[in-house]
Amino acid sequence: MTTVSRRLFLQIGAGATGALVVGFAWRAAAPADTRPLLLGNYVSIDIDGTVTVRAPNPEIGQGVKTSLPMLIAEELDVDWDRVRVEMAPNDPTRFGQQDAGGSMSIHRNYTALRQVGAAARWMLVDAAARRLQASHGEFRTAHGRVHHSSGQSFDYGELAAAASLLQLPDPKSLVLKDPAKFSIIGTSRRGVDSPRIVRGEPIFGIDMTLPDMAYAVYVKAPVFGARLLRCELAAARAERGIIDVFTLKGQGDRHGLQDGIAIIASSWWYAQAARAKLEPLWDTDIGVGHDSTRYREEAHSLLAKPGTVLEEKGDVEAALAQAAQRLTADYEVPFLAHATLEPQNCTARVKGDSVEIWAPTQTPEEGRQLVARTLGVAPDSVIVHMRRAGGGFGRRLENDYMAEAASIARHAGVPIKLVWSREDDFAHDFYRAASYHRLRAGLDKKGRVSAFAAHGVTFAHGSEVAQAAGIEGNGFESRVVPASRLEQSLIPTIVPTGYLRAPVSNGLAFVRECFWDELALAANMDPVAFRLAALSNGSSSGGSFDAARMRAVLEAVALRSNWAKARLAKGQGMGVACYFSHSGYFAEVVRVRVDADGHWQVLNVWVAGDIGSQIVNPLAARAQVEGAVMDGIGSMRAEITVVNGAAIQTNFDGFPLLRMPEAPVVDVEFVMSAAAPTGLGEPALPPVLPAVANAIHAACGARVRQLPLTAERIQAARRG
Amino acid sequence: MISLVINGAPRSLDVPEDFPLLWALRDILGMMGTKFGCGIAQCGACTVHVDGVAVRACITEVGSVAGSKITTIEAMADTPIGTALQSAWLELDVVQCGYCQAGQIMSAGALLAENPAPDDAAIDAAMEGNICRCATYQRIRAAIKLASRQPQADRRHQ
Ligand code: FES
Ligand code: FES
Repeated sequence: MTTVSRRLFLQIGAGATGALVVGFAWRAAAPADTRPLLLGNYVSIDIDGTVTVRAPNPEIGQGVKTSLPMLIAEELDVDWDRVRVEMAPNDPTRFGQQDAGGSMSIHRNYTALRQVGAAARWMLVDAAARRLQASHGEFRTAHGRVHHSSGQSFDYGELAAAASLLQLPDPKSLVLKDPAKFSIIGTSRRGVDSPRIVRGEPIFGIDMTLPDMAYAVYVKAPVFGARLLRCELAAARAERGIIDVFTLKGQGDRHGLQDGIAIIASSWWYAQAARAKLEPLWDTDIGVGHDSTRYREEAHSLLAKPGTVLEEKGDVEAALAQAAQRLTADYEVPFLAHATLEPQNCTARVKGDSVEIWAPTQTPEEGRQLVARTLGVAPDSVIVHMRRAGGGFGRRLENDYMAEAASIARHAGVPIKLVWSREDDFAHDFYRAASYHRLRAGLDKKGRVSAFAAHGVTFAHGSEVAQAAGIEGNGFESRVVPASRLEQSLIPTIVPTGYLRAPVSNGLAFVRECFWDELALAANMDPVAFRLAALSNGSSSGGSFDAARMRAVLEAVALRSNWAKARLAKGQGMGVACYFSHSGYFAEVVRVRVDADGHWQVLNVWVAGDIGSQIVNPLAARAQVEGAVMDGIGSMRAEITVVNGAAIQTNFDGFPLLRMPEAPVVDVEFVMSAAAPTGLGEPALPPVLPAVANAIHAACGARVRQLPLTAERIQAARRG
Repeated sequence: MISLVINGAPRSLDVPEDFPLLWALRDILGMMGTKFGCGIAQCGACTVHVDGVAVRACITEVGSVAGSKITTIEAMADTPIGTALQSAWLELDVVQCGYCQAGQIMSAGALLAENPAPDDAAIDAAMEGNICRCATYQRIRAAIKLASRQPQADRRHQ
């Protein structure tokens, strides 16, 4: 994702019916003489008083279609019930970076969108001031009206037309509300699309329809990156409902169009059924040797040798040699799929050079550029409409389905809706990379960690670390331990890798925070007290990490969960972990039950999190935490296994997700701090995995260092 | 021609007997509320009622339900149970991405029709076939209890 330095320009203009339209434009900070050409239009106030706020970023279930407009409405001083929320078009010149990733939406927009609301409010006050020939100081606003000290008042609608002709204020001159006076930010507001969702209205990507639209499936190689040698198409063409069958050539871009066979039909089902009549021949040699078991063997031989040193502090080998106690452990996490419940899909219409795309995507602008490159047309002739996404989790940061749909629609000559089968979705993900870790640590006589060495084996595409496959996380070891080292080794792979909710942290937290638990027990200390002691070390803050905030959430969660005091039934245990990611500090305690046969169930999770000074929408914020925690627990039972360059799991029967009977009770507490508000889609996820594994150890003595955390592995660890 | 009764209205479809009900609803009849998630009865996104019983439309052949009463999410607001569930869902802000929720409400509707005050075990059993990838389970459980006028607390692990 590109992050160009951009400046905020407030913009104003009249809507078609004399409405006040306020927004802001983003453009590169230089050159100074280019004037913003487009009208920003985040908020429009119609002369009939209708207030429309546009939600700029893709909605994937993280709630930003509600929370971002709340920021504008707050400063505009309008009742939330009166606000109509619309999805903005994809247009970064007007709406800034319109993506859903990295838990960045609130972080990036918290002040900017409040300024938009405040500017619109200022314009309305200015219009009233001119009408009554009074000064701004004599007015106040409330509930969508401007009130003069004389008692006279105007509805915003009455002032909209006049306000639309006025000069905008300098954003720097705008005074934002004192948070103590907030009446929308910090209050619980329900999802703006939810009434339509519970009635089954067609608002998702997959629900898109166009006149004369046909349905498509796209059959790709079972082996990642394999080329199509040949395929007889006639038998599939002869099937019921089939309109056309044709092949497309890939463009050598892992993120774009791959070789495949498109089947176009009058219903998706006909297209899907006709696949059985294809017998494509693929050049699958590329996949030979790409196996999870072979990767694992190679990882273990790499761990026995030195890796590339990424970070080093002090002389770790000397510190290890001097330690009173030494621990070594190998940890491992598997490949994982995203498995958004709505399979990848995209609707496309191509007329000559002009292309229109409707897609559930987390990165509409990158998709637009990809489609333009794929078809060889100018980006300006491509329009991408953001549709509500049935889950994202990072999968829809990629737009491969867009490149496919656009290419298929152009070839077919009719608008098409491409829908991947669930099997397509499991076979063609950008998987969370597996990784393999050897950790070594030394404890001094007082039980403090005096040396910490980590060696991680991950994957490479060419000579580069594969996408999202880094092993540099946010563990605090290197900050609190006097001598530390981080080494990395790489295994070449053809497996496409990508960002999965809380990327890197979702695996690394398990590795680091389980080992930290082992160290606490070796030091004969309570795991909470052990962490608090380490985090009180003078050097533990630094960079973007504030140890005091982590201590505060640890203390809060210990209190809330009745840590170390709770009475537990036989077979139960409690575990703790904490992790810093996406600017959020989270500490979590888990209560688990482990049966005699090794089956485990999480009963309760207590979460304490600090994401800054303000929770924008508490009801939705708690939902994000509940979901992230259960997502993390669910992921502990799943894995993608690679055999000969292909994923062998094909559907939910082979890739279990958390279901209702396994869902724990999740208790969420937000710890407020002075920091600027940050995002919540991801940071609650990482600590739950180690907290579960630590609780399992507490319950039955089994230390399982490899995910998925199966009953068999628990039984094997119990036997020692 | 296959004749079906969907949400009280007779519909006839020019599809083969083994055509899945899910795709008949979505592609032929343009009723998009019923969702596709897996195609093999593993996720519950496609749940509809056939004569009041929750079934997975992705593996239900239209020929097998000719003459049966089929109800989809689009008609849930026409029943007291449906409206109670929909308003409980909104009240507790259950929805995250929302993709599974039509199927969840259909499964919950069939449960309440049969058991007006389900306990946690009954909820677990009736809802186990519905995956929520966003994991809104805690609120789904509470919303089913709210819709059936029961205290919302989860009593499984006390
Ligand atoms: S689509 Fe029918 S159960 Fe998943
Ligand atoms: S709300 Fe997203 S799958 Fe259930």
